[in-house]
Amino acid sequence: MSAVANELASSQGVSRREFLLRLQAMGGLLLVAHGLRIAKAAPTDPPKYGAEGMPHGTVDNPLVFLAVGDDGWVTIVVHRSEMGQGVRTGMALIVADELDADWTKVRVQQAPADEEKYGNQDTDGSRSTRHFIEPMRRCGAAARMMLEHAAALTWRVPVAEVRAVNHEVVHQKTGRKLGYGALAKQAAKLPVPPREALRLKTPEEFRYLGKGGVPLADGHDIVTGKAQYGIDPWFKDMSFAVIARSPVLGGSVKQFDGTAAAAAPGVQKVLQMPATVATAKFHILAGVAVIANSTGAAIAGRKLLKIEWEDGANGSYDSDAYHVALHESARQPGKVVRESGNVDTAFQSSAKSIEAEYYIPHIGHATMEPPAAVARIVNGKCEVWAPTQAPQVTREDVAKHLGTTPENVTVHVTLLGGGFGRKSKPDFATEAALLSQAMGGRPVKVTWTREDDLHHDFLHTVSVEYLKAGVGADGKVSAWLHRSVAPSLATIFDPSINHEVPPELGMGFINMPYDIPNLRLENPEASAHCRIGWFRSVSNISHAFAIQSFVSELAVNANKNHRDYLLELIGPARKIDPRSQQDSWNYGESPERYPVDTGRLRHVVETVTQEAGWGKTLARGRGQGLAAHYSFLSYTAAVVEVDIDEQGRIKIPRVDVAFDCGPQVNPERIRSQLEGAVIMGLSLAMFGEITFKRGRSQQDNFHQYRVTRMNEAPSDIRVHLIPTTDWSIPLGGVGEPGVPPIAPALCNAVFAATGKRIRRLPIKDQARRST
Amino acid sequence: MELQINDQTVSISAEPTLQLLWVLRDLLGMTGTKYGCGMALCGACTVLIDGKALRSCVLPIDQAVGKKITTIEGIGAMPLGAALQGAWQEINVPQCGYCQAGQIMSAVALLQAKPNPSDADIDAAMSGNICRCGTYTRIRAAIKQAANQGGKT
Repeated sequence: MSAVANELASSQGVSRREFLLRLQAMGGLLLVAHGLRIAKAAPTDPPKYGAEGMPHGTVDNPLVFLAVGDDGWVTIVVHRSEMGQGVRTGMALIVADELDADWTKVRVQQAPADEEKYGNQDTDGSRSTRHFIEPMRRCGAAARMMLEHAAALTWRVPVAEVRAVNHEVVHQKTGRKLGYGALAKQAAKLPVPPREALRLKTPEEFRYLGKGGVPLADGHDIVTGKAQYGIDPWFKDMSFAVIARSPVLGGSVKQFDGTAAAAAPGVQKVLQMPATVATAKFHILAGVAVIANSTGAAIAGRKLLKIEWEDGANGSYDSDAYHVALHESARQPGKVVRESGNVDTAFQSSAKSIEAEYYIPHIGHATMEPPAAVARIVNGKCEVWAPTQAPQVTREDVAKHLGTTPENVTVHVTLLGGGFGRKSKPDFATEAALLSQAMGGRPVKVTWTREDDLHHDFLHTVSVEYLKAGVGADGKVSAWLHRSVAPSLATIFDPSINHEVPPELGMGFINMPYDIPNLRLENPEASAHCRIGWFRSVSNISHAFAIQSFVSELAVNANKNHRDYLLELIGPARKIDPRSQQDSWNYGESPERYPVDTGRLRHVVETVTQEAGWGKTLARGRGQGLAAHYSFLSYTAAVVEVDIDEQGRIKIPRVDVAFDCGPQVNPERIRSQLEGAVIMGLSLAMFGEITFKRGRSQQDNFHQYRVTRMNEAPSDIRVHLIPTTDWSIPLGGVGEPGVPPIAPALCNAVFAATGKRIRRLPIKDQARRST
Repeated sequence: MELQINDQTVSISAEPTLQLLWVLRDLLGMTGTKYGCGMALCGACTVLIDGKALRSCVLPIDQAVGKKITTIEGIGAMPLGAALQGAWQEINVPQCGYCQAGQIMSAVALLQAKPNPSDADIDAAMSGNICRCGTYTRIRAAIKQAANQGGKT
């Protein structure tokens, strides 16, 4: 704690960006928000929520976000990073709708890193759309009104008589029309209407919102090979680098011999990276770089390096031994993070107690595009091309490592070949910049090989989740004890942190919404020995797996239908104030605006079970499993159907998902996100595990770190979006909340089919009859 | 060395053992073909060599000399390639899109060999191509749509 406080204190007057942490006093409770950038505020300020709680908040100036050309083309600037979630389509769609633009005359332009100009750019936390729908609507509406104003001036008629419709302004009385292109010059000279004067569309007037129906902004470029990812920029005089990095977190290069590597064909330079690894943060790792005239030559040269590593304190990290240590911690009382009623008394008076322990290992992101970036430096100005989820952090980290100011660094945000949280960390961009500097400013591309990616990821944490319930003769829960033990992602900023921080606790652990009179939630200590980061849906993965598996176990014990048992546990429809759950985080959103709505949670459970034909008669070896989870302010429930043969091989013929994120900007991309979340959830449940021996990740490539492939994927994924026409409901997240229920639903289905209970992920061959 | 890439003859100077992937990407700046694993495990680097789908990340350049190399940049010139590209867009297959060049190249090879593939044929041809975003159900649908249209746009 003190290290964080000191770092915060020293940040005053220096670049705020260097410090991704802050302490925030709220109601006497010390909230440490780690790993999440939030805007600075004095402790006495009222709390800021949503986009305004993020650094640089929002900008809604149409002159920043859109331009109308004389030719009628509308250019819309998207300042959030595209990693497959469809933000370049969705964000532009919001502006285009209020502008009443014709989508076939819209092009999308990616903003470089510049939060002063564009507002917050951190593309994580499933919050781009919910944070920017309103500012983007205002941009579009303001520009539409400027075009209408320009037309009214041209025709010398009252502005009330004209109306923008599908890329032209119409004078309703006379039927005269002028296209946006013809009006562009004059409109640009007019003042931007103030926020309070804006006329936003009513939902009935929406052209695209809630409907979508447009092609993807990058669809054509992707299928023709033209799309530019961070690994793609190419210059004639470019050099290509790979780096041998310390296999152990905190390790360093004791000595190395690069003679043979330097003499290899195509190799231009071998050099040691100037790494400082006292605190991992987003820093580069210690290592030796090989720079060549192609990536292939650099990889071949790297094989010839002779490096002696100093492993440091994490050199003994062994994930099997650590699992035992977590297990032991989970059997001892830990820091109480939420308590109500009297658990101990309730356990004593309950007819029976049931306990179970679950294990969720480290998971690697394995983005198909591994970390990669390009940098060049000309006259002290550095340009970086990076597939980054955190453009501004990238800009400031690069500047700091180069010993310059952010003004001298331009970060071009490319498409991301997958992000999932990995590319919120700009270490790979910093490497490119440092190597360009070492090469006299020449363009250098750094590529992480797949081995590099799996050896040096910022991994999903590892956890043991211990649950114990006291149940009555009727099977109802009267007491609930849950201990979650996992190293925190905040440890990359302060290795001494040994508890989950509020954003982790608030991911499905302390904000568990069940109607149980006596409960105690504990968080025993755990320390980290590798880089922990955020992996799509983060701690929700572990918490949902444990709780949703445990509820299935309790339903089995009570001899009740899982759906009915789950609905009873959720209890009646009600709105829970997160503060009453001791959740001080609430995904950064206002507790009044975003309560936990158990009615919506019930509804996704009811919908998915009905759509999936829950309880239908299935052939031998088949089974259905259910799970539901609230995360990122959205409600998800899944039913997975398995077909398990005599050898215990698992096939997944069908998955149903019901999802309520409130109003849907582009339903088609929401569906695609949920389809993808199903596959990612199945991947991590079936195969996902990074293990450690002697501090070293043991998985090298896709043969050892398996992910779901076409022949293993469900042939039938049915997404059931809960419709709403009420745009006053605040939006929930979309990118992440589909993941958490998938693994428990799958394991519950395995149980239904075989009677085999899976408590340790990944499943691998645990469903085999012989085990 | 001379290579035949997308119906053009290209001269390069490179180690004969350098993999085709890096020749395309780093020496020629043809970056549509992607790196994903370097071990022929993920299919992101798939190209056609004399019509067969091969992983360019493990193919030494000297083994590609004298053969017809087709990459994602050139596949649209083939009716089948254009048909698949069209179906991919109509169904909005891509999420991040990074693996999709390799997916399309594998799909072209599949439909060349089997114009009306069964689900098992699709599994067999496409399971070497990983998509981490999880677009498999849409890839399958796009292949079937292109096949149903007889491989025409």
